[in-house]
Amino acid sequence: MTTNPIMRVIARVNMPLMVVFAVYVQVHGEIGPGGGFQAGVIFAAAFILYGMVFGGAEMRRVFPRWISDAGSALGVLIYAGTGVYSMLMGYPFLDHVAIWPSNPGGAEPWGMVSVEWGVGITVACVMMTIFNEITEGTDDPPPGADTEMVPALHQNKTELG
Amino acid sequence: MELIQLHLPALIVVLPLVTGLLTALLGRGGRGWWISLGATGAVLAATLQLLAQVVYQGPQTVTYLMGNWPMPYGIGYVVDPLNAAVMATVALIGFVVTLYAGRSMAPEISPDRARYFWAVWQFCLVGLLGITITGDAFNFYVLLEISSLSTYTLIAMGHGRDRRALTAAIHYLVLGTIGACCYLVGIAYLYMVTGSLNFADIHARLADIYATWATDAPVYKKTIIAGFAFIMVGLSLKLALFPLHVWQPNAYTYAPAAVSALLAGTATKVGAYGMIRIVYSVMGTDFAFTFLRSDILLAACALMAILVGSLQAIKQTNAKKLLAYSSVGQIGYIALGIAANNVAGLQAAVIHIFNHALTKGAMFMALGCVLYRTGGVRLEHLRGLGRKMPLTCAAFLVGGMGLIGVPLTSGFVSKWYLVQSALERQWLAPAGVVLVGSILALVYVGRCAEAMYFGQRPENSPEVREAPLSMLVPTLLLAAASLYFGIDSGTTSRVSEAAAKFLLGVAP
Repeated sequence: MTTNPIMRVIARVNMPLMVVFAVYVQVHGEIGPGGGFQAGVIFAAAFILYGMVFGGAEMRRVFPRWISDAGSALGVLIYAGTGVYSMLMGYPFLDHVAIWPSNPGGAEPWGMVSVEWGVGITVACVMMTIFNEITEGTDDPPPGADTEMVPALHQNKTELG
Repeated sequence: MELIQLHLPALIVVLPLVTGLLTALLGRGGRGWWISLGATGAVLAATLQLLAQVVYQGPQTVTYLMGNWPMPYGIGYVVDPLNAAVMATVALIGFVVTLYAGRSMAPEISPDRARYFWAVWQFCLVGLLGITITGDAFNFYVLLEISSLSTYTLIAMGHGRDRRALTAAIHYLVLGTIGACCYLVGIAYLYMVTGSLNFADIHARLADIYATWATDAPVYKKTIIAGFAFIMVGLSLKLALFPLHVWQPNAYTYAPAAVSALLAGTATKVGAYGMIRIVYSVMGTDFAFTFLRSDILLAACALMAILVGSLQAIKQTNAKKLLAYSSVGQIGYIALGIAANNVAGLQAAVIHIFNHALTKGAMFMALGCVLYRTGGVRLEHLRGLGRKMPLTCAAFLVGGMGLIGVPLTSGFVSKWYLVQSALERQWLAPAGVVLVGSILALVYVGRCAEAMYFGQRPENSPEVREAPLSMLVPTLLLAAASLYFGIDSGTTSRVSEAAAKFLLGVAP
């Protein structure tokens, strides 16, 4: 957590832009550079930046732990589910042709899109889970206490100086 | 039904993966255990079906193409008699230990974390089964990491009872990661030379390269030797082969009882399978054993493992650590069978993978029962238990006799084949060491048995009862299986013969 006003403003302005960029990288993945992994990392970076500037507790308020915990499993489940769907339709595991058997060329991208969303969700949630695990219960002030902390921190500095 | 039959090879890995994820999402309370039990039971049925198919009905190989990509390009799952046997072992131990773990793990995990534990438990089996079934070198590495990462977590679960579980887990994490990296570097060298990651394809391309070595311009000789060396070191670390076994005793000792039983029965066995696969069906024995003479080194490590492991086991005062060191010795028997390079040796290795999984699984589970009732597993905790917990002690003793190799237990069958193969190669000293190993096993099993049956319960120790039924039944099941496969050795020798002849290319 920092009290530096420049950091706080920049983080607040940047965060929505990063989230939008993450979604762009995600949906653009199959025709340009990017894809699920990169998008997931960018998405998580937006929230981790917010967490680093405003404290882990504040980050967990805007992105609750139960979402990132469930999302870690849900993403892989989407990936595996794409494969299981092919199996149920009588095709080999992860054979995307099963999605649109009459048009294999059109089915392939849809299968990849589904797999990439799974990857993106899992990567984003696991990144945030790692951040949560290492920050939870360390030096977080209680949520909402950040404004009151500012004078206290200044006092400490003068005493030390 | 036909649909399931078609997808069996994929289901073995996909089913526990999906149920594991569902457990993490939905497995609150006791549900996690029920889901794990159902998944491991289904996987056991699937592996037995595949085993029957490749050994008894034919054809000998079943291939499954992931995503329908043809083989050298995509990942293919290939079932043959060797990995069908190892998979059935892993699935059997997985199912029985899951049955046992429901009650045994209850005091070790907090209820709100239970679903994550059961998810990791299933991921561990996903990794181990996947390593065994895959026909792709890189997929092997990925699944090796899945199983290893979940193993580190499972070992660390023991920290509630003993904080040393955490250091044991970190120690294994560091060494296990080094081992996995060595494997990866070795595969990278082979990929440099052959441009392929498919086991069968690498084998075919290496054969062309070996042919140039007899000429004036041998190509890629050093690269291939370096690659092979890296892979063998990596796998030896996973296998806990002497002198790379140092992570293993502490990991087995401080892990929860159910986890020790699972790991002793499956994780090192899968490492042994990997070594057989790499030596026999990827590098070829002409290169590995005839050209490099690495069979001598492997046999030397195996003999040292038997002697050092058994001698270390003798001086332990913690029964779990005693079994862990005994595992180091037993891995030596498997490695000696691999090094022997004949049908009897491979049969011994395959049978011992199965038999040792049964006996060690039963013994670790029996110790888990003791731990559950007395709160400790040092030898003084075992004193006088023969009268208080007769069934648990009987299971432990049956397992112990299997380690010694007493006739009518399964351990005798594997040692019989092992001595036979050593004599076939005219390795008289190794055959002698195998017999000495049995005597050393007699000593360390005897120490436990003496404490159990001739010791007195310590003064003012709390009253103990027989273990709860849900832990006792799986323990007795494995002990009974160990006796059964000692008396009726027909099944195991038929399966192992099919595997050995398939690997060596001998007509069945």
